[in-house]
Amino acid sequence: MARVLLRVPNTAEKGSVIEIRALIQHVMETGYRPNAEGVLQPRDIIWRFTCRYDGEVVFSASFSPAIAANPFIAFTTIATQSGPISFTWEGDNGFAQTETRHISVT
Amino acid sequence: MNITRRVLLAAPGALLLPAPARADQQRLAAALRDFTGGQPMREGRVRLDVSPLVENGNAVPISVLVETPMTAADHLRRIGVFNERNPQPNVITAQFGPRSGRAYLATHIRLATSQALVAVAEMSDGSFWFQRVEVIVTLAACIEG
Amino acid sequence: MKRIILALLACASVAGAEERRSGLLDMRPEAQAMQRDDSMNPGMLWVLDGEALWGRKPTPATQSCADCHGDAAVSMRDVAARYPAFDIARGAAIDLAGRIIQCRETRQGAAPLAREGQELLALTSFVAHQSRGSPIAPPDDAGMRAARAQGREIFMTRLGQLDLSCAQCHDDHAGQRLAGSIIPQGHPTGYPIYRLEWQGVGSLQRRLRGCMVGVRAEPFAYGSAEFMAIEAYLMGRARGMVLETPAIRP
Repeated sequence: MARVLLRVPNTAEKGSVIEIRALIQHVMETGYRPNAEGVLQPRDIIWRFTCRYDGEVVFSASFSPAIAANPFIAFTTIATQSGPISFTWEGDNGFAQTETRHISVT
Repeated sequence: MNITRRVLLAAPGALLLPAPARADQQRLAAALRDFTGGQPMREGRVRLDVSPLVENGNAVPISVLVETPMTAADHLRRIGVFNERNPQPNVITAQFGPRSGRAYLATHIRLATSQALVAVAEMSDGSFWFQRVEVIVTLAACIEG
Repeated sequence: MKRIILALLACASVAGAEERRSGLLDMRPEAQAMQRDDSMNPGMLWVLDGEALWGRKPTPATQSCADCHGDAAVSMRDVAARYPAFDIARGAAIDLAGRIIQCRETRQGAAPLAREGQELLALTSFVAHQSRGSPIAPPDDAGMRAARAQGREIFMTRLGQLDLSCAQCHDDHAGQRLAGSIIPQGHPTGYPIYRLEWQGVGSLQRRLRGCMVGVRAEPFAYGSAEFMAIEAYLMGRARGMVLETPAIRP
């Protein structure tokens, strides 16, 4: 499991816009870098990030090798109701990880 | 202004550039066409924030903010960010909707060298808007062991 | 090559700094923001890894770091600010990573952690993070005074094919530019650091080895007495400056 650092508010007022930030540990090997022997290291990147709020996709992004190592992403969503907010990263070599946080909306 | 100069200014910018730069421009133009489906893009409504001078291209903070009310009837659908001189022109493509609240995205990207970045927004009415920004990447002085 | 570097040093326009200054302030505002906001600082991923390791037994039969030391926020507070320290058993200076390796071997009876390996970097980052915001306070015993004196001597000695000492860049020309980059004063205030060039976290010794390769010198070995001495000297030179772990550097 890759280490993840998420910033999601625990509570929010209904209808307010909340900012979410997500950082995940990943080399994001571009596939364009030679190793010490001069051989290209195979690509190993996260290529998809999806955020679901109570099951519904509210934000998603496709990453290219131009996304920095240990990908960082920030975006906003409207606090609609209390429930789970989940984050899924998918990538090369079968990389798949999901983290979930709970938000209380009042 | 003489005729020659006027003709040059009217010509597509790529004609004025040396060959490698022209190849970069064509590759970038192709990536933009893929994103817009060939629809025209207008300059404006998109604010691409990136430092004009970057000391290390390995992690360059960028953000994109698009002017839109983000209502069900009028909102941002997608943002695409593209570059001119990395090994490939795509950086990130993100999907938005009325539930996004704001048309905002921030991330850290790689820049192989000094070059242009272009952020394009697709709105719910099918229009495309963009901003192009030039970034200078300085070199690190020390040689890593 | 040497002539080029000296010429670049000579034509640099910015005046040498008089006050001690963290390398943090030599970075552009965007990189400073990346360090100051944990939610954007990738070095925090190593701190979180270290936190998990702190509570984990290396083998089922042994104790975790937490079993002895408890809550690191209490027991490890300001500890990193006092390293390197004099290790009486060895009769030599030992750095924070070296102490973690030692504890692992002697107290936990586990296989030693490799220098510059991810586990050691994570644990060192986590422990050093407990001192973030605290002033560097090197111990003033005779053993450490001797180590600092030895470190100062190495710092002043010209090394490698470029025949440059640490001091020529980081004392005499700090604040000036070498190619596009500002030469920092070289205070080790944020180690282990997340270095953008490495795209990961690394130790002060890795950074020093990079500098040594830069001047075409044979780098000292990880964990060597020379590195303990240089670390001791640099921490003494940075006495009173605030620890920043995990720092971001270009």
